[in-house]
Amino acid sequence: MATLTKAAPTEQERKSHEMGMHTEQLTGRTQQVFFDIDLNEAHHGFGLPDTFDVDFNKRGEIDASNMDAKQVNARIREMMRKGYGTIVLKNPAAKHSMAVGILNRLNLIIEGSLGYFGCGLVDGPNIRINGRVGWSCGENMMSGTILIEKNAGSQFGAALRGGDLVCKGDVGSRTGIDMKGGNIIVGGDTGSFSGFMMQRGRMVICGNAGKNLGDSMYDGTIFLGGEPRSLGVDAVWSDITDLDKEWLEKKLKKYDVMPKGGIDSFRKIVAGKQLWNYDNLEPTEKKLVL
Amino acid sequence: MCGIAGVIHRGQAVGVGQEMTAMLQSLKHRGPDSTGFAVYGVTKPDEYVMRLKLAEAEDFDTDYNIRDKIRDRQALVDNRLAELGAQTLEVEQPTPYAFRYRLKFSGDTKQLATDLEHIEGGEVLSFGHALELIKDLGDATVVSQQYGLGRFQGTHGIGHTRMATESDVDIRSAHPYWAYPYNDISVVHNGQITNYWIMRREMERLGHRFMSNCDSELLAVYTANNLEQGATLEDSLKSSIKDIDGVFTYIVATDKELGMAKDTMAAKPMVLYESDDIVALASEEVAIRAIVPREIDTSDPYDEEVRVWQR
Repeated sequence: MATLTKAAPTEQERKSHEMGMHTEQLTGRTQQVFFDIDLNEAHHGFGLPDTFDVDFNKRGEIDASNMDAKQVNARIREMMRKGYGTIVLKNPAAKHSMAVGILNRLNLIIEGSLGYFGCGLVDGPNIRINGRVGWSCGENMMSGTILIEKNAGSQFGAALRGGDLVCKGDVGSRTGIDMKGGNIIVGGDTGSFSGFMMQRGRMVICGNAGKNLGDSMYDGTIFLGGEPRSLGVDAVWSDITDLDKEWLEKKLKKYDVMPKGGIDSFRKIVAGKQLWNYDNLEPTEKKLVL
Repeated sequence: MCGIAGVIHRGQAVGVGQEMTAMLQSLKHRGPDSTGFAVYGVTKPDEYVMRLKLAEAEDFDTDYNIRDKIRDRQALVDNRLAELGAQTLEVEQPTPYAFRYRLKFSGDTKQLATDLEHIEGGEVLSFGHALELIKDLGDATVVSQQYGLGRFQGTHGIGHTRMATESDVDIRSAHPYWAYPYNDISVVHNGQITNYWIMRREMERLGHRFMSNCDSELLAVYTANNLEQGATLEDSLKSSIKDIDGVFTYIVATDKELGMAKDTMAAKPMVLYESDDIVALASEEVAIRAIVPREIDTSDPYDEEVRVWQR
């Protein structure tokens, strides 16, 4: 039976504890929040300020042809405040930073293309884009789905944290860079350095990938239907399981994408974890301790 | 950051000056310091168009006698043209320091450009049968109005909005760069070249001239050097990916072709739209939308990708 008591610290550990290297000192305003049941959620900052209860059957339209991104985003927020749950955005004309910061459920249909940072920082909406998206689409998305019918630019789903981000066409380089959760699904090819430093989550690429796929990935899984130009540092092939296939089949069916060779053509790439050195002391710290 | 754009119409001359203005104006947020255009009109084999400047815009703030000096310098230009046997058909002066010459000339164009650049403040911005190169401080609309670009008819063009990072805000550091001494070749670039000084010294040893300290000028000189040795535009673009270090995406135009190359990291953006009658490419899709408002399919070229289109 495994013992629950921690073994006595080594001399090295004891020294580093004494020198305060293992305790994090918070400075400035404290990050600690003490919960008081008598006070409401707003007091604690638990609730999000711009979330709205919307009705999916209430449908509205926005014509973005003579509006800038700020006006479009303000208009979306105003409509959500009025309870519109289905919004159609027309003539977006590849402008930047549109449909960002939506923090509640919403059906958003974008008829056209978006520029940079489209649908960034969202938490909950279902977004369908009939055109193409530029760089950094769905950056930092927390939850919800974004479905793009055409191609996408680089940094697709950078720092993604949750939800499904789907592109039916080809995407640019550095797809899913630094992603921390969620699923990125690509119907076509991706560029180089896809999955660079990814930490968690799944990336599904039906086509081919550029060079250095999964470079320096910490964790997470990449499923590849085609061929990579090369694997990145510390990315290794792994065995695909029946559970993986089941999950892939379910997800891809939902979004109507599939590699040419079907589910069986998928291969799995994971982190080799040879670069993991979290417990090691920094060289300067080592010098102090030893 | 910088914004670059290019457009080529297959088989017809249209209002490419106006198109480039619209494209670059929509990329203004990528670089407000200066704007430049290299547009290609209908080729006239027996005539040359030369764009040159005889002072910097900033000289007007610092030099009280600059107008007199420019007048003297222009007289020198006329003298040297006459000495070399060039016949001046027309002279325009869209700004106090910029000139457009239409010439008949049958001699050595490199000699002509070199002689004119020996004049103080003189820089030949472009020389060719079809190319007109315009660059100045300000956004696309301002520069386009100053130089009457809205009326320009042509088959293709490239342009640049500059955010100065590596060198000064002045006309000599603005893009596009003419691939001196090659007629009708110009380059725009978005990025940073990290082996600039190594490559520059190499090019200087081969006898090429540099007018500025801007890293983008290297690409123009590099292209000129390759073409001089008999390479095609596509060969030159391909070899640049290996020879030039740094992050870059650049467009090169000749009198018949438009080409682009992207570095090994794909760090600088480029969006591409291709159809049977037009190819448009720009740093951001919003620039393509400025000239093609209908719903279109666009894509991003990948790293190390080289493309060339004929007009």
